[in-house]
Amino acid sequence: MDAGPDPSTTSFYVTDELYQSLVDDFTGWRAAEREIIDPVFRDSCVRLLNREARYLDEYALEDWIGLYAPECIYWVPASEDGGDPRTEVAITFEDRRRLEDRIFRLRTDNAWSQRPVSRTVRLVSGVEVFSTDEDDIYMLRSAFQTAELQGHDARVWSGWSAHRIVDRGATFEILVKQVNLINYDQNLRNPSIIF
Amino acid sequence: MIKIEKMSPAFDATGQLFDYEAMIHEDKVHQRLYTEPGIFKEEMTKIFGAVWMYLAHESQIPNNNDFVTAKLGLRPLIVVRDGEGVIRALYNRCTHRGATVCREESGSAKSFACPYHGWSYFNSGKLSGVPWPDGYAEEFTDSKYNLAQVPRVESYRGFIFGTLNMDAPSLIDYLGPVAQPIDEWLDRHPGGKVQYAKANKLKFKGNWKLAYDNSADGYHVLFSHRSLLAMENRHEADDKGMSFYKDSPDTAPMYVKYFGNGHHFKDKRPNIEDRPGALWEIEGIFPGMEHYEQKIRETYGDKADRMLDLASSEPVNINVFPNLHILGNHVQVTQPIAFDETDTTWFGTAAIDEDGEFGDGINDINAIRMRTQESFPNFGEVDDLTNFEQIQAGLAGEEDEWVYMHRGLGIEGRIREEDGVFTGPATDEVFMREYMKEYKRLMLATPNIAITREVA
Repeated sequence: MDAGPDPSTTSFYVTDELYQSLVDDFTGWRAAEREIIDPVFRDSCVRLLNREARYLDEYALEDWIGLYAPECIYWVPASEDGGDPRTEVAITFEDRRRLEDRIFRLRTDNAWSQRPVSRTVRLVSGVEVFSTDEDDIYMLRSAFQTAELQGHDARVWSGWSAHRIVDRGATFEILVKQVNLINYDQNLRNPSIIF
Repeated sequence: MIKIEKMSPAFDATGQLFDYEAMIHEDKVHQRLYTEPGIFKEEMTKIFGAVWMYLAHESQIPNNNDFVTAKLGLRPLIVVRDGEGVIRALYNRCTHRGATVCREESGSAKSFACPYHGWSYFNSGKLSGVPWPDGYAEEFTDSKYNLAQVPRVESYRGFIFGTLNMDAPSLIDYLGPVAQPIDEWLDRHPGGKVQYAKANKLKFKGNWKLAYDNSADGYHVLFSHRSLLAMENRHEADDKGMSFYKDSPDTAPMYVKYFGNGHHFKDKRPNIEDRPGALWEIEGIFPGMEHYEQKIRETYGDKADRMLDLASSEPVNINVFPNLHILGNHVQVTQPIAFDETDTTWFGTAAIDEDGEFGDGINDINAIRMRTQESFPNFGEVDDLTNFEQIQAGLAGEEDEWVYMHRGLGIEGRIREEDGVFTGPATDEVFMREYMKEYKRLMLATPNIAITREVA
């Protein structure tokens, strides 16, 4: 990365341009002619999503955020189409610093909504890979079902995710993860895990 | 007007009426207020049917024929601005056999047709027709076939309230002195108004009063929100967010007030200097903060501090009994589902700038205001709701009867009273004691409940 401002301590990259590109990039991207069917490339994308799910299940939160680009976005919209985060609140919308804040909070031992820490197991399936107008940037669509045991209560979260990833050659980095819960417009009980 | 004379009396397991005198004392209340389904059932009429209930916000139904569904207690309603512009709260219940006639959360409609047998109604509530009417021996001219409506619906500066109680005072009299902090909260915005901007919608498995008990509670903050306070202050300064609770919150300038009719108010503004930019300085860390601050300061110069303050959380908790809370920039609505389940919806609000005071800057204000509003529901409220659920779990020990709320009680000079308004330190439980007196008065009274089907 260039020696710009450190996104762990400042937030200069969440700009009007970034919001506009999110609205544009997450609209109409699942075109049949953009689907990538090369099995080797597809499999490497599936491995990325499986890795992410396992890190979260293992509560390896620092490893998890290591999968993300320095200037990343984690976005759980409260609208069916994602909406425009400039004009509406999301379930959550986080940049790198806020994600690191989230992890910091979870590690304090006083985040009562996560005491005990939830046990989770994530199933990720139906992965589709799409190219974009930009070289090396791809969009992934996957369905998820996350079983959570919080205290004595077992619950299930369901939905689908959109990952915007960049191919760095040897590795991928996640630029944006958009999580679309099926119950995005309903009252949610203790939504304090990372989806 | 159709007066509802009969109240279904609630009986406990031994067949006795609930004894509210024995369950509600100056310093403590009985655990059964939170755990007894029969008491909950009674509350849905004696509290939720008897006082002015917040139903919806006018920004949700800006145009004629717009509607949004809501609940009054457990009663399903359609809050609609009819074709004449009259705001009505219709029972979402077909007069014929009882099915809901509207199954969308919001939208625009001139009429509602029941999906079951096709009876249809104008959005004024008036029956417009039934299929094959010649199968009925009578004409459908009697108003008894119109949709039921809440007989009294009034707005206060965009907040729509309704009550079934024909003896309730006017809305403005019901609000009384709590109208002043509502005015101040609105008047800090351009044009003195806000509009809703989606919501953080949460739920907890606990009694609705647990949320009301907490809503002006300055005692829990340092403990329930330890992780949030640590998070907000991990980067640099240690004066972010709710840091003014540190050390000795009782001697800080903030205070709690009880206003009568169950309303209360925690005012944290005195902790902060009264000057533009002071709110922004204590606002927590959020996405886009540095970029937008730089942009706004460079573009708008002298207006920048005021603009940044508009994106910052207003440090007040305004609680309108029993279901409306205005805090930070949120409008939070408490919706009981069952004696041990409650929805709590945190409507985000956007500033609107009809006079063009800030030009395009209003978009920058809202872009950061959306992000500041996502912080507390994600990093604070989830911990509160967990503690509420754990209270509900703890209260299952039924022989351990009492819940105490006597902080500050009996200490000379701690609470000041003037014209029925009580003022005390921010950690004081005086607001809880006083609202519980009002709760007891309501639970011992019989409200004059009515619905109407008359459409002028």
